[in-house]
Amino acid sequence: MYWNRKAETLKPGELRRLQGKRLKKVTKYVYRNSGFYKKKFRDLGLKPGDIRGVEDLGRLPFTRKSDLRDNYPYGLFCTGLESIVRVHASSGTTGKPTVVGYTGNDIELWTEVMARSIMATGSTRKDVLHVAYGYGLFTGGLGLHYGGERVGCTVIPASGGNTARHLLLMQDLGSTVLACTPSYAVYLAEYAEKEGIDPREDLRLRVGVFGAEPWSEPMRKRIEDALDLKAYDIYGLSEIVGPGVAQECEEQCGAHIWSDHFLPEIVDPETGEQLGEGEEGELVFTTLTKDGIPLLRYRTGDRTILEYDKCSCGRYHPRMIKVRGRVDDMLIIRGVNVFPSQIEHVLLRIPEVGSHYLLVVEREGPLDVLTVKVEVTEDVISDRVRDLMKLEENIKSSISQALGIKVDVELVEPFTLERSKGKAVRLKDLRE
Amino acid sequence: MIKQLSVFLENEPGRLVKVTRILEDAGIDIRALTVAETADFGILRIIVDDPDKAHGILKENNVAVASDSVLGVEVDDKPGGLRVIAEILAEGEVNIEYVYAFATRSRGKAFIVLRVDDRERAVEVLNSSNIRLVEQNEVSGV
Repeated sequence: MYWNRKAETLKPGELRRLQGKRLKKVTKYVYRNSGFYKKKFRDLGLKPGDIRGVEDLGRLPFTRKSDLRDNYPYGLFCTGLESIVRVHASSGTTGKPTVVGYTGNDIELWTEVMARSIMATGSTRKDVLHVAYGYGLFTGGLGLHYGGERVGCTVIPASGGNTARHLLLMQDLGSTVLACTPSYAVYLAEYAEKEGIDPREDLRLRVGVFGAEPWSEPMRKRIEDALDLKAYDIYGLSEIVGPGVAQECEEQCGAHIWSDHFLPEIVDPETGEQLGEGEEGELVFTTLTKDGIPLLRYRTGDRTILEYDKCSCGRYHPRMIKVRGRVDDMLIIRGVNVFPSQIEHVLLRIPEVGSHYLLVVEREGPLDVLTVKVEVTEDVISDRVRDLMKLEENIKSSISQALGIKVDVELVEPFTLERSKGKAVRLKDLRE
Repeated sequence: MIKQLSVFLENEPGRLVKVTRILEDAGIDIRALTVAETADFGILRIIVDDPDKAHGILKENNVAVASDSVLGVEVDDKPGGLRVIAEILAEGEVNIEYVYAFATRSRGKAFIVLRVDDRERAVEVLNSSNIRLVEQNEVSGV
């Protein structure tokens, strides 16, 4: 389903012309209004007039998370605070948070892409949208909230925390759409089971809008089975706008980037060279229509592949196949590149393995040792030690086959790994 | 048949404390136990007076537990008691996977708990040698 049929079904040629027009405009805008970009242009010997269309995108300078940090808090804003109506912030990986500001127009744009995103999942004004993302500086809660209201959904601003209360509200208010992180969806399902709540009988959920962390295809299947709904990936980051930068449609074949507003590229994370279609690399965005804090070629740190062919849903907006991990959480284990999401992919294919695991990286002498801690489920407990050792062996060999590395596997008791209500902690790197 | 509970325990201090405390608080009496261990985990196998209640209470406390049945036989509590059983099973070509035993408070008898590779055959050869099999209710009332 469409929210904005015209914008969502633009043909590739029309889309490119619109992007080119908007790119020229935003280039001039930041040159005029941002000391930061003006200096970058000068350093590169670049003039706004040099950008004549999307084909010149590669000439523009990159923007990185460190630029936001270095210009904390308002240094990258292109308007005065009198035009800013809202501020959000994301936790920085080190030290100060990353602060972004929205003008009234920016909030309007964000609401528009969120409305598109919600309707792309087949949700309509008839739905009851349970927002279990946190409300506050984090963009998740308010992003879904505004989009849901715009569509006309009955929005339940439940926010994060208190799982029992979420389940009570969803049961009593008849929630049909659940928005939260995928790891929290797993936690909710587990909690419901423990409390004797059967999602098929007691809940009316039919759609899940899950994002803010990468998740795999087997994870999707688990959540869909456990909560009896269709699970859709929503992608976004506060630096670009928040959730709603990209959204999976009912075909479930990768999130469509709303590229009339956010122009994507894939670049080599090492060299910054633009990569071709179908090549995996770092996702980079240029915001085309933002006023408060427009960013040129922002390095997301997320690895993915873009697909540009027409989707069966009628949209040409490029699809990002699932995020394959962060450029910066890539593990190198004895010389082999490993993404935690790859390991999740393997683990969740083994039926005896629960949804909870933790990767621990340690250094033993010169060697990196990766230990995969996996919670056992009740179904695998046996009076025979060898049954469990067989399971450990199975996990070990599945991972080594898929990734080409040797790992240690440790079975741990149920409910002993940390449960997260926000982003799941799946990796502990104990190396210096 | 006797009901046996198998509990998954990480090989870390305090894990047995947790499980035994749960049972204690529920008034469950442990009749016999044995632990099979590897480097990082163990399986605690226990025989208790009320296995269904124990199973339920452990599950409620998020302990990974499974319940199954094992063979129980009664022997005289004197030298050679276990040897007799082992011989009968060996002659019947039944392999013992694990075995443990406990004394009873009266009657000069001991109970032996057996996990074998072919239970039907084991019952057959034990019966034909007039060895008495023990049922759960007898264990509960030890």
